[in-house]
Amino acid sequence: MADHDHDHHHHDEHGSELSETQLRVRALETILTEKGYVDPAALDAIVETYETKVGPRNGAVVVAKAWTDPAFRQALLADATKAVAALGHISRIGDHLVAVENTPERHNMIVCTLCSCYPWEVLGLPPVWYKSAPYRSRAVKDPRGVLADFGVALPKETEIRVWDSTAETRFMVLPMRPAGTEGWSEDRLADLVTRDSMIGTGLARKPGEINQ
Amino acid sequence: MFREPWEAQAFAMALALHARGLFTWPEWAATLGAEIKRAQAAGDPDTGETYYRHWLKALERLVAEKGIADEQTLARYYNAWDHAADRTPHGAPIELRPDDFE
Repeated sequence: MADHDHDHHHHDEHGSELSETQLRVRALETILTEKGYVDPAALDAIVETYETKVGPRNGAVVVAKAWTDPAFRQALLADATKAVAALGHISRIGDHLVAVENTPERHNMIVCTLCSCYPWEVLGLPPVWYKSAPYRSRAVKDPRGVLADFGVALPKETEIRVWDSTAETRFMVLPMRPAGTEGWSEDRLADLVTRDSMIGTGLARKPGEINQ
Repeated sequence: MFREPWEAQAFAMALALHARGLFTWPEWAATLGAEIKRAQAAGDPDTGETYYRHWLKALERLVAEKGIADEQTLARYYNAWDHAADRTPHGAPIELRPDDFE
């Protein structure tokens, strides 16, 4: 965009301003629309879906079901893409979604060191820290330190396993079901499942930690 | 979440182009990863705040590589939009007209 700067001198106070980035996005969208690669209405629909419909609640429902339905738990751990799709209300986005299960012996954490691949369909859009270089590099080198920053202390004996996402395989963590939730409905259980607990930087909330 | 509307637009364009088969996720991840590395090397703090800038860069690169629009075409549309913004009174919707390209 080298020839851009010099024609900025004629801006006056009556004209509107678009930032360099906004101009690039508009340029790209116009070209793609004119060539028939995208439809502006479809783009709006994608944005709306991600802003309002897809979020960690999707994943929480999956986790709660796995906690209460052993057959579903098995299916989820065997092939999460298929198991999640079978629930019907979550549309498939990427290719292989893999669910990794936390146990007293092993805690799982997900990261994408290369870019920020993320299981959008179950967690929505990633938080800023997930996309940051400090998390991406430290999660692998010092997972216990990262967990401490998130206020999570695990027993020394618990192994911490870090799963590095790729474009082909994205992970979600199946957190441990908190004690004292026997007999709870899936709906109630889903309230205990936080986004961070499915990334592995947190644990599911205990019954006393939610506001009734 | 998106902090500005353009981030959402850039996000949606990548999903739409992928759905149309223009690129695979591995291609996307490789391109985005390369843009992030390039930005880091150029001094980007890479705190996650600039993530969608890299995302947009990756989109522009793939669109050029796939022969949809080269740098010159992107620049032409960029300047046209800039022109449209200039002639549009503040507060009115900015729309592109053929004479913005002149």
